[in-house]
Amino acid sequence: MNANIRRLGVVLVALFVLLVFQLNYLQVIRSDHLANHPGNTRSSVRDFGEPRGTIRTADGLVVAESFKNPDTNSDYAYLRRYPRGPLYGHITGFFSYNFGSTGIERAFSSVLAGRKVAPTIKGMKDLLASKVVTGNVELTIDHRIQSVAAQALRKRKGSIVVLDPRTGAILASVSYPSYDPNPLSSPDLTNAQNAYARLNADKDRPLLARAYRERYAPGSTFKAITAATGLTTEVVGLTKPVYPVLSALPLRYTTRPLRNFGGGSCGGDLVSVFVVSCNTSFAQLALDLGAQRLYDGAKSFGFDRDVPLDVSPGAVRSFFPAPEFFVKNDPQLAQSGIGQGNVSATTLQMALVAAAVANNGVIEQPHFMKEVRSSDGELVVGESRNELTRAMPDKVAAEISSMMQEVVRRGTGTRAAIPGVTVAAKTGTAQTGLGTAHAWTIAFAPAEAPRVAIAVLIENQPEVSTLTGGKIASPVARQVLEAALAATS
Amino acid sequence: MKVTVGTVARRRTELGLLVLGVGLTGSLYTLASLAKSAKLPLNLRAFLVAVSAMLLLAHFIVRRTARHADATLLPLAALLNGIGYVFIARLRPTYAPKQALWTAVAIGAFSLTMIFARNIRNLEYFRYSFAIGGIILLLLPMVPGIGYERNGSRIWAHFGPVSFQPGEIAKLTLAIFMASFLVERRELLALAGRRVFGMTFPEAKHLGPVALAWLLSMMVMVLEKDLGSSLLFFALFLAMLWVATGRGSFVVITGVMFFGGATLAYRIFAHVQVRVSTWINPWPTASGKGYQIVQSLYAFGSGGITGTGINLGSPTRIPASHNDFILAAIGEELGLAGSVAVVVIFFLIVGAGLRIALRADSPFEKLLAAGLTTIIGVQTFIIVGGVTRLVPLTGVTLPFVSYGGSSLVVNYVLIALLLRISHDANVRHGDAVPLTALERRGQRRRQHKLDAVADDVTSLDLRPDRPIETDR
Repeated sequence: MNANIRRLGVVLVALFVLLVFQLNYLQVIRSDHLANHPGNTRSSVRDFGEPRGTIRTADGLVVAESFKNPDTNSDYAYLRRYPRGPLYGHITGFFSYNFGSTGIERAFSSVLAGRKVAPTIKGMKDLLASKVVTGNVELTIDHRIQSVAAQALRKRKGSIVVLDPRTGAILASVSYPSYDPNPLSSPDLTNAQNAYARLNADKDRPLLARAYRERYAPGSTFKAITAATGLTTEVVGLTKPVYPVLSALPLRYTTRPLRNFGGGSCGGDLVSVFVVSCNTSFAQLALDLGAQRLYDGAKSFGFDRDVPLDVSPGAVRSFFPAPEFFVKNDPQLAQSGIGQGNVSATTLQMALVAAAVANNGVIEQPHFMKEVRSSDGELVVGESRNELTRAMPDKVAAEISSMMQEVVRRGTGTRAAIPGVTVAAKTGTAQTGLGTAHAWTIAFAPAEAPRVAIAVLIENQPEVSTLTGGKIASPVARQVLEAALAATS
Repeated sequence: MKVTVGTVARRRTELGLLVLGVGLTGSLYTLASLAKSAKLPLNLRAFLVAVSAMLLLAHFIVRRTARHADATLLPLAALLNGIGYVFIARLRPTYAPKQALWTAVAIGAFSLTMIFARNIRNLEYFRYSFAIGGIILLLLPMVPGIGYERNGSRIWAHFGPVSFQPGEIAKLTLAIFMASFLVERRELLALAGRRVFGMTFPEAKHLGPVALAWLLSMMVMVLEKDLGSSLLFFALFLAMLWVATGRGSFVVITGVMFFGGATLAYRIFAHVQVRVSTWINPWPTASGKGYQIVQSLYAFGSGGITGTGINLGSPTRIPASHNDFILAAIGEELGLAGSVAVVVIFFLIVGAGLRIALRADSPFEKLLAAGLTTIIGVQTFIIVGGVTRLVPLTGVTLPFVSYGGSSLVVNYVLIALLLRISHDANVRHGDAVPLTALERRGQRRRQHKLDAVADDVTSLDLRPDRPIETDR
């Protein structure tokens, strides 16, 4: 019988070996996956048990903070509140028990929770006492600009991005509609669930941060890129060639010519056609440049590449078709030159275009975080300033800048003008193909020493003419620029 | 009879290991309190005194009644018991006093078994009592007024304020029955039979009683929706049959029976289908039927290699974390180090059990020791494999660790029986000092019984002093 007992032993050993393998599989190989699985709420349970740092604007307004749960029987010792609700909803994000977190809450979660903040140890007492050190995030956002931007949008669907072209600091970022993060972060789980379901079902998509998570055809604002690429590659100069006055540009591979808005005629040198935003001339310029050079130009401005942004989820890529797409496709190439066709950009991207012109051709990496200080007041992380890309030589930037100033002085962007300040702007009216147009304006000021760059987008305006962008978006840009110049002076 | 110091050393080793176990348990208990409130536990001294007193009592009883028994089994069981208690106190503080009380009862049952079951072979004479008793115990939860359903399984019975799981006791009595029955028939089962496809199959009449008992227990447990115990009984039956006869054909037959029965159960019972589907892929129903197992996997994953530290994780999110899923809680808070340590402790118990089976005097003792070891080993595999999604989850307790009185008492009795067999074997193998008066009395009584049996029974097979090993 002993031989049989030994055989039984072999089987039992095999079973235990399997157990140890499986434990290793779960606790070593799959450990990270399981620990960070979205359904695993352990880290948020931990986070709800401790205070979390505050999020403040650059001018000191608290936009997210922890407070002690008045219900001491609850599982969560601390709750989160967002005093300004929807105004900062997309930036702070929410910090939810069931749905995880988004925005700054997510991107800086470990910092806010204090996990990446080493406490300063000044003696034995600090070592023994379980002192909770959290990190406080200060945003680059200025509440004075942010609130004016939200008012100026006047509850129209769209978004505004204001940034400092010299540093990439985002001074305001508004998307409408927005949402209130408070109910989502509520300890009342059914309440939170209902609020989340309602927001997800809303066809206006309030959870979407339109400013950097949605793409639109940039329309004529893209002409700044086409012109810059033309000047950089010396395919075009400021005064020559002179584009013929046309109402429609005939194209190869199609019987449908490219027309100006409302059938109007325009033409002339680059400055003239930029100021009146002449479609036929810019379509011709795009054809003269060819697909490769136009693609490279767009890419150097940030299209078709990741633009890092310190919120989670970050910015989506702006899109410009690859050169192969335009082979024997003049109509698409011509459309792309005027920011139509398949070209699409985020509002943030177009603000970066304005910033590139304002900052001598260099785009600084956009960011929301100014600094993180521990609750002890020590600097943990400073503002990160990186050059993202050089979009064009400074000489070309200066030329585009003067053309954009002309746009405000006598072109499509006169409504962006501010008395006593030189404003540079480019308007855009992007047809949606559904009988409506997106109204765009990108601008910066003061043109001599730019401190503020802006992009305004207002969705689906019913009126479609070459003036839509200037009429609807430019006054908004002016209003916000005024507030921004006042705040940054 | 050779006189050595081995036996004294054995008990000294046991005492040393017990002290080590108390130390480990006390440290874990202190850590749990430190992690929560940065203070030493208020009742630390009382805790250590109570634990030491109970284990010293058990040690003393072993010293007096089975001084040559294996030195590791009791300390290993006590350590598991201690780890389990600390985790229960941490997971469900209100259950801790009850678990402490049950631990005391279990140590008492262990002591009584050590004192009164001094001649293990007496158990053989009551084999049919054990069989009938086991079946009655299994049926008890189905009796209106006594049995009741809890958490979807009808495995509970209560008499007055005391409620328990009769099935836990039945696994011991049925193991004893099967051991004695199979030993008696094993030659018959091993040799007689029909050859089909190159394998010898036993004749139905030889297998009948055991198959009937097995079938009955299976049926009862399927009706009681206790899949884990069904699986355990099945494995126990298979292992003992195999050890007794060494015939592969039994493995094939029972394997086919199992496959057929499992398929049938899967077809008929929704709860079986749920267990299988949540095993194959629990993720689509992670917030519904697969909730338990998914939470368990999260706990293991979050624990990683070193764990969060006791009282610093969130294992209370796992349903039944104090019970069937206690290893997931240990895995989260003590990490891979802790979960593997617990599995290794079980492995050591199984090793000791098999060693005892190998050294045991008579076929009955060998088979019983192998069966008892199989219970511990397979039950551990079923529940650890279940909570780690290695096999479909079928609820059984993790012996000594999970919350639950019946399981604790029965498993301590099981250890007592193994110690008794071990003691007898070691005495027989001669590495013993002269017996104490108590032990001498036990041996004398046993010799009387054996002589009486030898007179009655014509078959000489039962006589332990005639080797009937037919190892191949």
